[in-house]
Amino acid sequence: MANNSIDLSKQKKRRDFIQGVNIFLFLLPGLLLFVSILIAPIAVSVYRSTFDWNGFSEGTFIGLENYKELFTNGSIKFMVGLKNSLLIAFFSVFVQLPFSLGLALLLGRKYKGERFFLSVYFMPVLISTVVIGQLWLKIYNPDYGVLNMLLGALGFDNLKHVWVGEVKTALGAVIVPTIWQYIGYHMLLMYAGVKGVSADLREAAMLDGATNWQVDKYVVIPIIKPIIRVSVIFAVTGSLKTYDLVRSLTEGGPFQTTEVPSTLLENMLFLRNRYGMGSTISVMLIILCFAFALLITAAFKEKDN
Amino acid sequence: MKDNKKTSKASVDEERYILKESNPAMKVFIYIFLAIWALINLFPIYFMFTFSLKSNEEIFGKNIVGLPKEWLWSNYSSAMNTGNMGLYFVNSIIVTVSAIAISMMAAMMATYVITRVKWRGSKLTNAFFMLGLTIPIQASIVPVYVVLSRLHWLNKYSTLIIPYSAFALSMAILICTGFMVEIPMDLDEAARIDGCGLWRTFFKIILPLMKPALSTIGVYSYLQCWNEFMFANVFISDSKHRTLPVGIKALSGAYTTDWGPIGAALVIATFPTLIVYVFLSKRIQESFIAGAVKG
Repeated sequence: MANNSIDLSKQKKRRDFIQGVNIFLFLLPGLLLFVSILIAPIAVSVYRSTFDWNGFSEGTFIGLENYKELFTNGSIKFMVGLKNSLLIAFFSVFVQLPFSLGLALLLGRKYKGERFFLSVYFMPVLISTVVIGQLWLKIYNPDYGVLNMLLGALGFDNLKHVWVGEVKTALGAVIVPTIWQYIGYHMLLMYAGVKGVSADLREAAMLDGATNWQVDKYVVIPIIKPIIRVSVIFAVTGSLKTYDLVRSLTEGGPFQTTEVPSTLLENMLFLRNRYGMGSTISVMLIILCFAFALLITAAFKEKDN
Repeated sequence: MKDNKKTSKASVDEERYILKESNPAMKVFIYIFLAIWALINLFPIYFMFTFSLKSNEEIFGKNIVGLPKEWLWSNYSSAMNTGNMGLYFVNSIIVTVSAIAISMMAAMMATYVITRVKWRGSKLTNAFFMLGLTIPIQASIVPVYVVLSRLHWLNKYSTLIIPYSAFALSMAILICTGFMVEIPMDLDEAARIDGCGLWRTFFKIILPLMKPALSTIGVYSYLQCWNEFMFANVFISDSKHRTLPVGIKALSGAYTTDWGPIGAALVIATFPTLIVYVFLSKRIQESFIAGAVKG
């Protein structure tokens, strides 16, 4: 009897062990990818951000000097980059998202052709940002671009600009396509939420005499708030990560006025061989993304209470 | 409302609150607005297609936004031959398909043990993978670049495939979870009683049932990889392994004065996606919704 139960518990232990090994093997491919490309490099970035390092030598440990320099040394342009990406974030949250919400609410009212409009509005999301950048370069072209031609035809010759080449207009020229491209994305998310609002609720509100706008404001928007929160987080973290359109349209120019953290990061690697400082910018980006995500979540909770 | 009551019962529920816009002027205004916004979104696609078939004279003055007078298909052959777009297209397909396959398999295996096998730490593991949703791709670029260049691993297909798979993983797991929790647990029970281990259960029972999930996960990863620019731009410097976005960037630098071939390149990079979208728009939209709403 005693032997038997020992055998059984041994067997169970063995089974548990095998189960454990199997679980690990199932997770292994994912863990390998995830740890080697995301987690370990971030750890290395954090470590290397405290070095004066050219990427090939050992480098010298300098503590938090890189972080200090990032914010104080004007020639690195980090403050300019940060300001630009925050400006993009501002326009995303206060122009792009309200517009997306408006479209989602309108389409949620079941107009004829709803699916057609929805599908068309989502199209720009599918197009590579590099392609979007090239297209807008053609639109902005000072001599042959559609924009200047249009302004000329309407008699506004004084409003013509070298859009991506002038300090005054370059940042705006980056912001407009950025905002435009992802309106459809946020609209789709919000539309999914709007469609989730039950017909009964709308009906009840309408029987109480609410107009369409009032139903949207007092019934629909409160219900889709979690989706709006997700959109705000995506819009802000997406803005912080802006890279493609700046590279395609302005290359950070003129006079580095349209740099964003990601282009500066690349400059550190390829133009200045400052890998330590590049790592510092990486770490700052991670911190900013997580900080904003938490902040936005907290702000939405606060509002609920 | 009175008319609605006559319609069949099923559609009453659907239609009872439709367009109670009391003001017809408002309705017209809304339609005009919707139509204008649709045109604004379609214009770039129309514009790229038409100027890809035009000569410089047409683009630069005579005929900027009209249909091409002379359809210059030769722009496409210059984009393919001199601009190497054919090669970049194949490269993009190789990189994208491999990355999707790898991330999908890894995600399904991980999701299986996270959602369907009881063990301590499954929740924590899931949370760990979900970190990837917020981590920007820029976060790892410096160390990955340094390691790859030390290992002489730049300028290969795998230079992009591995990072792309890794960055597609979190979203793939998230979407996968949504599908996998829907499969009844009884199936696993029955399989276990029949003597199937984890592996047999996964490959014989769960994987075949995940077919509907494949397209949802695939679409998301496809767009992420097909359009990715930063890693491709930093990690690939030789022209043999360039993907489409980097190829277009290079082409636009080489052809600053000749717009037609650039337009052709843009069309080559974009239209495959758009054509698939025309047929699968609902599926594709669902995939984006699944990726965000559950997050």
